Amino acid sequence: MSKEMLTGAQAIIRSLEMLGVDTIFGLPGGAILPTYDPLMDSKKIRHILVRHEQGAGHAAEGYAAASGKLGVCIATSGPGATNLVTPIMDAMMDSVPLLAITGQVNSHAIGTDAFQEADIVGITMPITKHSFLVTDASQIPATMAAAYELATTGRPGPVLVDVAKDAQNKKFEFSWPPKVELPGYKPVTDPHGKQVQAAAEMILASHKPIFYVGGGVIRAEAHAELARLVELVGAPVTTTLMARGAFPDSHPNHLGMPGMHGTVPAVTALQKADLLITLGARFDDRVTGDVKSFAPGAKIIHVDIDPAEIGKIRHADVPIVGDAKVVIAMLTAELEKQLSGKKPDFASWWQFLNGLKERYPLGYVDTDDGKLSPQLVIKRIGELSGPDATYCAGVGQHQMWAAQFIKYERPNSWLNSGGAGTMGYSVPAAMGAKVAEPDRLVWAIDGDGCFQMTNQELATCAINNIPIKVAIINNSSLGMVRQWQTLFYDKRYSNTDLHTGTDTVMIPDFVKLAEAYGCLAIRVEKEDEIDAAIKLAIETNDRPVVIDFIVGRDAMVWPMVPAGVSNDAVQYARDAAPIWDGEE
Amino acid sequence: MSQHVLSLLVEDKPGILTRVAALFARRGFNIESLAVGTTEVEGLSRITAVVSLDGQPLEQVTKQLNKLINVLKVVELEQDASIARDHMLIKVKTDAATRSQVLEAVTLFRARVVDVVSDSVVIEVTGDSAKCKAFLKVLEPFGIKELVQSGAIAISRGSKSMSEKVLR
Repeated sequence: MSKEMLTGAQAIIRSLEMLGVDTIFGLPGGAILPTYDPLMDSKKIRHILVRHEQGAGHAAEGYAAASGKLGVCIATSGPGATNLVTPIMDAMMDSVPLLAITGQVNSHAIGTDAFQEADIVGITMPITKHSFLVTDASQIPATMAAAYELATTGRPGPVLVDVAKDAQNKKFEFSWPPKVELPGYKPVTDPHGKQVQAAAEMILASHKPIFYVGGGVIRAEAHAELARLVELVGAPVTTTLMARGAFPDSHPNHLGMPGMHGTVPAVTALQKADLLITLGARFDDRVTGDVKSFAPGAKIIHVDIDPAEIGKIRHADVPIVGDAKVVIAMLTAELEKQLSGKKPDFASWWQFLNGLKERYPLGYVDTDDGKLSPQLVIKRIGELSGPDATYCAGVGQHQMWAAQFIKYERPNSWLNSGGAGTMGYSVPAAMGAKVAEPDRLVWAIDGDGCFQMTNQELATCAINNIPIKVAIINNSSLGMVRQWQTLFYDKRYSNTDLHTGTDTVMIPDFVKLAEAYGCLAIRVEKEDEIDAAIKLAIETNDRPVVIDFIVGRDAMVWPMVPAGVSNDAVQYARDAAPIWDGEE
Repeated sequence: MSQHVLSLLVEDKPGILTRVAALFARRGFNIESLAVGTTEVEGLSRITAVVSLDGQPLEQVTKQLNKLINVLKVVELEQDASIARDHMLIKVKTDAATRSQVLEAVTLFRARVVDVVSDSVVIEVTGDSAKCKAFLKVLEPFGIKELVQSGAIAISRGSKSMSEKVLR
């Protein structure tokens, strides 16, 4: 145990070092100034100065999601702190281990409406796993250690530590490790053996089971265990938007993504299944559609580390609280025991599913305005970059196409804002992912709307040698909103035109903008230019690259289940519902 | 909809009441009353919450409350295995003609008069919510000028305490 006199500010930095933090994204200001001083001397921590605190938050998320480690962001009080609110909420929805450190006004000024004072602990209460206000310097080590434990264990999530400026300045006797007291926090990681046994029995009694795999499998790093379980059982697999990469897309048992824009085989398999083996998924409304008619004939095995997820939306016949990695391994062992060398027979189920796979593969039709097909652009990025690359997306059509048309083979290769649906996630998240894994090719696949929300971080990337690749899928509009206006609002395009396409005023011109930020900028308008541009982007590593892909604005995301209706109403393409035949 | 009494043992930390109350609000759970106070263990507080819900939502409330880091334990106190009490202070109009009738009601309900002036009395009553409601009904004709009531507080029957289950 080391003991020495430190200021609160020095203690924050030292605590982060002791916790193994090597990167922080942030932007200084008055109330956090004391902490930025010792940060300058840290040999262990790289601080990356962002251009907007939202960028710091998403970068920390991207760092965390790509590496599986804690992401850390730091901001000053008041508006600095409130600019972190969106990424904190995003991290809450997608269970990202995030530590947000904010400066607070002097403790005696708290509550007086002081300059740049905001009750950030109060503001973030509903969107953090927990939050702390520190007004006593001696509490800093224990608070930092507690925040680390809370953010990274159990169901991961964001934790905020708000430190008053006088606590940062005060000296006290620092010692490490501190005593962490969290008497109300006891995440259950090991499941109940009897429940695992019951789950195994239910699987072996089923005829039409499906693995419904969610982001929890990725956070739990349980992909290898999952692969073994699927091999043993031989049932089909669907991976949610948050779980893309948890199970290889190339595996024949993989039916693709479920939900509103899921594949016909995945959506249909869930509807027709007699058993959902739910692993780290939470029956989100974008997966279930109308809950009452979701998977109507299925029993539910629900595995989650968060007991509150079990039974929240859908009753679980076999609830299992535990860490996915542990539960899946135990379930596999139990099944091996019960099977004793035999193999479950799901031949007729597979016959039905294979028919669907054959008849309803993912596809798209070319646009008729002569512009690029967005799906083709995204597909080529995936094919030329391969499964070792990391792909980040914003929110909207390009996100769905990126989830559909890129083949994911490894966990943490697909980063997106799933639960929150935060436009502007992509560029800063890609920046964070690239910092976490500098040797990886990192793409930000972004929309022209999303890109305009956070592209200021291109400056951060250019100056700090973070050569991400940005592909703007530029359809000159808020594409997903426009798609809904096409389908449900009689083509009345209220406020979705962004004027960024080549046949518009082009404000802004993304190529000029990217060049102003020190990036290599390329515009692609013809199909035969796509590959060359992608290859040039991949080869260019002395600066960030931005490719402005001019795509057709009438392209739509298919298949689609309209919001709020039964998943039985999945449409393969516009006005084209799949045809069911056979007794299934 | 039925009423349930939830008892929460929580760390006495700043903001804990906000965290609990805000959780009810943002998840759309109806809260009838809330009472907070210190306990026999230093640093621990007890919150008694009366909620109106049924079946699955009660389980969801309990699970969500348990997720709050400062919440140590949540139990539902079933009516037949616990004692729940409300506390009321009631200012009732009285005059020479009605005072004796009011005092009679006070005696019948085992309430107490804690302040008397010429035209009113302040009455203190403790009891389960049914008794308190009945008492109010009796007083109503005389004219209730002011009513203040605590949320219910509740404790389990028998020798076990909530804190010893948590802290052992």
